[in-house]
Order: sequence, then structure tokens, then C-alpha cells
Amino acid sequence: MNVAVDLATVWAFIIAFAVFVYVVMDGFDLGLGILFPLFPEKRDRDIIMNSVAPVWDGNETWLVLGGGGLMAAFPLAYAVLMPALYTPMIAMLLGLVFRGVAFEFRWRTTKARNRWDIAFFGGSLLATLAQGIALGAILQGVHVEGRSYAGGWWDWLTPFSILTGISLVIGYSLLGATWLVMKTEGELRDRAYHLSWIFLLAMLGAIGAVSIATPFLHVQYTQRWFAWPNVLLTAQVPISVAAITALLLRSLANKYDYQPFFLALALFALSYAGLGISMYPYIVPQSITIWQAAAPENSQLFMLVGVAGLIPLILGYTAWAYWVFRGKVKPESGYH
Amino acid sequence: MFEGWDAVVLARAQFAFTMSFHIIFPAFSIGLASYLAVLEALWLATGREVYINLFNYWLKIFAVAFAMGVVSGIVMSYQFGTNWSAFSDKTGPVIGPLMAYEVLTAFFLEAGFLGVMLFGLNRVGPKLHFLATLMVAIGTLISAFWILSANSWMQTPTGHTVNEAGQFIAADWLKVIFNPSFPYRLVHMVLAAYLTTALVVGAVGAWHLLRDRHLAGPRVMFSMAMWMATLVAPIQIIAGDQHGLNTLEHQPVKIMAMEGHFHSHKDGAPLILFGLPNQSAGRVDYAVEVPKLGSLILKHSTDAPMAGLDTIPRENWPPVAITFWSFRIMVGMGLLMLALGLFSLLMRVQGKLYDSRLLHMFAVAMAPAGFIAVLAGWITTEVGRQPFTVYGLLRTAESASPLAAPAVASSLVAFIIVYFAVFAAGVIYLLRLMAAPPHPGEEGPSQHEAPIRTAGITPAAQGAGS
Repeated sequence: MNVAVDLATVWAFIIAFAVFVYVVMDGFDLGLGILFPLFPEKRDRDIIMNSVAPVWDGNETWLVLGGGGLMAAFPLAYAVLMPALYTPMIAMLLGLVFRGVAFEFRWRTTKARNRWDIAFFGGSLLATLAQGIALGAILQGVHVEGRSYAGGWWDWLTPFSILTGISLVIGYSLLGATWLVMKTEGELRDRAYHLSWIFLLAMLGAIGAVSIATPFLHVQYTQRWFAWPNVLLTAQVPISVAAITALLLRSLANKYDYQPFFLALALFALSYAGLGISMYPYIVPQSITIWQAAAPENSQLFMLVGVAGLIPLILGYTAWAYWVFRGKVKPESGYH
Repeated sequence: MFEGWDAVVLARAQFAFTMSFHIIFPAFSIGLASYLAVLEALWLATGREVYINLFNYWLKIFAVAFAMGVVSGIVMSYQFGTNWSAFSDKTGPVIGPLMAYEVLTAFFLEAGFLGVMLFGLNRVGPKLHFLATLMVAIGTLISAFWILSANSWMQTPTGHTVNEAGQFIAADWLKVIFNPSFPYRLVHMVLAAYLTTALVVGAVGAWHLLRDRHLAGPRVMFSMAMWMATLVAPIQIIAGDQHGLNTLEHQPVKIMAMEGHFHSHKDGAPLILFGLPNQSAGRVDYAVEVPKLGSLILKHSTDAPMAGLDTIPRENWPPVAITFWSFRIMVGMGLLMLALGLFSLLMRVQGKLYDSRLLHMFAVAMAPAGFIAVLAGWITTEVGRQPFTVYGLLRTAESASPLAAPAVASSLVAFIIVYFAVFAAGVIYLLRLMAAPPHPGEEGPSQHEAPIRTAGITPAAQGAGS
């Protein structure tokens, strides 16, 4: 794999980074929503909500950067992928509407609180499922003619995309459970440990299933993963997954606070790297490469200045916000 | 529900619907974030308890409004791709970076500091907390800067070339960003946001003064809001007039539609006050007009010639009736705001600011005026740009995704159902927060809440800003 360092490649990495940060940060928010029905007690739900109330909005902003960045840096890919993923995208947006307002609304009513709890759960589940399905649909490739999408309205719906959808629900649930381990105490944390076990095992199954299914999608994926000498590089991914899993199991067994969450993130990073290995250099698999989709150089350069200067700053004050609200959530802090 | 509508019309309806719902919240948040920063600064400077009470009172309202702005905004950012993919492909290289800069310089700033602003006062102390409030307020203004730059470029495109793939490319970024209509539009919109918030704050203050003239919090907020109305309403009318002259220079067809000028006038155009624009017949039925006044306002000379839509090919006409009426609604609201500002000034001078029930009732009635004006103004400028997305260069019909009508119709129905359910609830919660006056020792979101009254809208809330 010759990676020519040109603007398009740089931007491909920037978009990939933005999407990854989104998955890392909003993943556990959405996971908490998915886990909501498993915590029926109001007090537990209040704590769960307050553990992310100060940061969820910043987390979700990475999704706007991913979409906006794609439109700006690879307008053709954005113009092809969004109509191709029309239904999952609309579903994701509607899910995020319910999920987002529930953060505020559930504190403003006693009578309808349960309704907003259901909205929080349903919105999180729908948005996650839609994101996972979109990922699967992108991986399997979409039908392009000229400069636009030319497939049908249900092309995105395949067994593979449903598999990736369910896998992401499992993955975000694991992130949510390990986040709770880190941020809560007592009986709530014990249940979060228990859930972390369950979702870790489920996630390993999901990683295995997607890994087995992906090479069957297209011959390019098979060659990318199994051709010599690529295999020397690509084999590091499953080996690392095994190592991280062992560490994660140990950290759960030892009841560590912080390790499970960060090791779960590492699992996500590896899965994500695997996706990158499969896709590169295509941005719409099998049809459009990053160079074909790239915006003119002056657009990419103009934004690169901003990204280079601002992303470190953003990461800095975001880290500060997390630092301000560090430690275990106390029942008496945040909303009541 | 939408039989006989084609995919482009449905996509336009969806954009109009989601945009109208969205713009309400930023218009309120931009003004309210600045107001919160002012309240906190006053509290830090004077130490007066009334300011921190007001701050905490409006902060809870801000949190709810901001959340609704965020979720409806994400819908907007992805809608360009889902429903307007051809537009995204062609204008992405120019508009995309402007919106990306909005995310990088504004959205992250707002979202990053919002948590500290809402929940962090006891954790970081007043000075750092004020910094967070300031960052959120500045973020809302930076956001207005970029998104209005992008919209203004669509209205008055400059500084670009077109490549062989049919994409717009920036030739000169400064010319793209600071395109001819941008400064006018930015000033007009930010002032609109400030006025919108002032009218809501004033209405809430007046509502509580009507029940008890001696409440400290409502007196302070009412006085502050009326100062804003008194000072900014006239400035906004001047800014709007200047913006109109700029539009005449760069988008003459839009002005023709706003004025209902189907016919050219060689020696002075009238000002049509009211009438029913008849697009197919090319005339305004039942027009009530003042001779020569149109030319006087737009050209500053009673006999200046004015070209009409009869000089423009019909396929390039915007929908005249909508543009004509939305413009009049906006201007009407502006004049009412001016009247409120002047009336409050008169009462203030006479020392009756907190006693005039008539003024308070007027202020309560004006609570939605800012929102109505903002919506009418956006409808005027967006519908008046039709049939183009990029004025004169890219037609709306050539901007849409290769969509099937049923897909767009389904998503439109879904948005309508979800938005009405979610945002109606949100508005009820906002009114509920506003129905109780700020009291001494008012707590912010992060401390214990006063028990909330149950069951729907309280009787008190039914008049407040409904």
C-alpha cells in the first residue's frame, strides 16, 4: 500500500479522525441510552443522565464536523452517499432529535418523565442502529452513475448491513457500560460491571462475524487482508484485538475503574483501523476514490489551516470540560 | 397527503419546514446567550443578588431552548446531502468550508463550554464560569457569522469560478466570505435575534409585573428589555432599509416580487401597501397604493424609473404572493416593535414604566413578534431567491437529489409528526418555566429544583407568550 501524502489523503485522515472521535465520544452517550431500560430506578437514571449531561452536546458536535467536513473536502462522496443512505440518515436524525431533547425535557416534567426516558432509549437505539446500518451499506458499496447515486431506495438494507447495525448497538452498549463503571459507585457500578462482561462477549462475537463477512463482500477486501505481504500488517489487527480483550477481561475481573472504558475504546480503535484497511483508498467502496471525490485543492487548503489551528484548541477545552466534571457522579450534583 | 407534488417541491417543503422550526431557536439563543453574559457581568461587577437570580432563571430556559436548537440544527446540516445532493456536489467546495468553519469556530465553542455554564458554577468559581458564559455567547455570534456568509453567497455569489465538473470553486476566499449582501444580512439577523430575545424577556417581565408591580426580578428584566427595544428597533429599521437597497442592487427580481412590481414604471413607481399578487395574470389585484412612494423609498427620487417583472422571463419569477406578503408581515412587526420601544420610553420618562398596565399588556402581546418577523424575513429572502439556489447561476430544480417523491414525502411526514410532538412539548416546558417569576435565591440547573407543577399548561402560562 503506497500512501502518497497528498491533500486528499490528509483530508481522508482528518474526516476519519472526526468520525472516530464522534464514535468514541457519542458512542458511550448513545450506549447509555440503549442501556436505559436495564436501569428502571429513577435514582439510577438520574445519575446516568448527569454523568453525561455536561458533555453530550460537545460529543455530538463531532458528527456535524464529520458531515460538514465530508461535504467540504469530498463533496462528490457526500452527494453520492447521503441519498444512498437516505432512510438510515433520516432515521438517525429523528433518533438524535428524541435523544437530544430528552436530556433536558425529562427534568422539566414529573408526569411525562417516563415518556422522555422512553424517547431517550428509543432515540439512542434508533440512531445507533442507523449508524451501523449506514456503515454496512457503505462497505458493501453503492451504485453510482456519473456524479450521482443511481441505486434503489432499499439497497442499503441487506443481511450484512443489519449485522453491522446490531454490532454497533452492542459496541456502544459496551462503551456505555464501561463508562458507568468509571463514573458511578456502589450497586449501580456492580451492575455496570456485569453488563460490561455480557456486552464484551457479544462484541467479540460481532467483531468476528463482521470480520468473516467482510472479505466475502468483495474480492478487493479479500486481497487487501490476505494477500502477501499485506497479511504481515493486517494480521496485527486480530492479534491486537486478542491482546486488548485479555487486558479488558482482567480489568473487569479486578474491578478497575478506568481501565475497562479505555480498553473498550482501544477495541473500537482496532475495529475502526480494520475498516480503514478495507476501504482505503476508496471513499465510496468500488466506485469513488478519495482523489476522485476530493474538493479542489484551494478548498482543502483553506480548511486545513483552520483544522490545524483549531482542532488542538477544541481538544484542549473539551478535555478541560471533562476535567471539570471528573470523578464519580454524586447523586446530589447535576439536575434533580 | 402530498399527491401531485413532485420530489423537488417536496424537498423544498421539507427544507422550509425544518428550517422554520430550526431558526426560531438560534434566533432566541443568540440573544439570550448575550443577555446571560450581560447579567453575569453585572452580577460580578455589582454583587447584586437580583442579577444572579435573573441569570439562573434565564439559564434554565436557555438550556431547554438550546437543546432544541442543537437537535434541529443537526437535521439541517445533513439535509443538504440527503435532499440536495446535486447542490452539495456543485457548491460543496465553496459553501462546505464555510460551514466547516462554523463547526470548528462556533459549534464546538458553544457545546464545549455549555456544560460548565449550566452545571459548573460551584466547581470552577465565578470568574471561570463567566468565561464559559462568554464563550457560549461569542460562539453563537460566530455561528451567525459563518452561516450567514454561506447563505449570503447563495444570494449574491462572488469570488468563484466554475470547473469542468460543473462545481463552483473559490477563486478568492475573502470575496466569497465577504460577498456583497453579507454585512447587511449579518447585522440585520443579529439585531433581529437581540430584538426577538428582548421581546420575550420583556413579555415575561411584563407578565409578572401585571400580577405584582413590586417584584424586583421582573422590574429589572422588563426595564432592560425595553431599553433594548427602544434603542434597537429604530436601528433595525434603518439596517433593514439599507439591506433592501443592497438587494435592489444585486437581486432586483427579489425586490420586484417584494414590492409586487409586475409592471415597469418609467416615471416613478408606486408603493403598493396591500393587494393580492396574481402570478398568472401578472398583476396585483385590489391594490392599495401610494403613488411615487416606491421610487422615493428605493431610489430616493419620486420620478425615478423602476423596472418590473415584465422585463424578466417568466421562468425566472419567484413566487410573488409569498414574497410580497411575508415582507409586509416582517415590516409590520418591525413597526410594532418601534411603537413598543417609543411607548416604553414615554412611560419611562414619565416614571410609569412599572405602573402602566397598558404598556405591560402591549409587551406581553408582543412576545411572539420577533419570531414572526424572523420567520417572515427568512421566507422573504429565500422564496425571493427562487427559482435559484445560487442566485442566477444554479436553479433549484437542478439542485435536488435524484429522489423518488414517496421517499421525500415519507421523510417529510416523519419530520412533521416528530417536530410537532417534540417541539410542542418543549414550548410547554419553556412556558412553564416562564410562568413562575424569578424569586430570591433562584437556583440554576445544577442545584435543587423547586417542585414543578404537574399536568400540562398551568393557567398562568396560557397567556404568557402564547
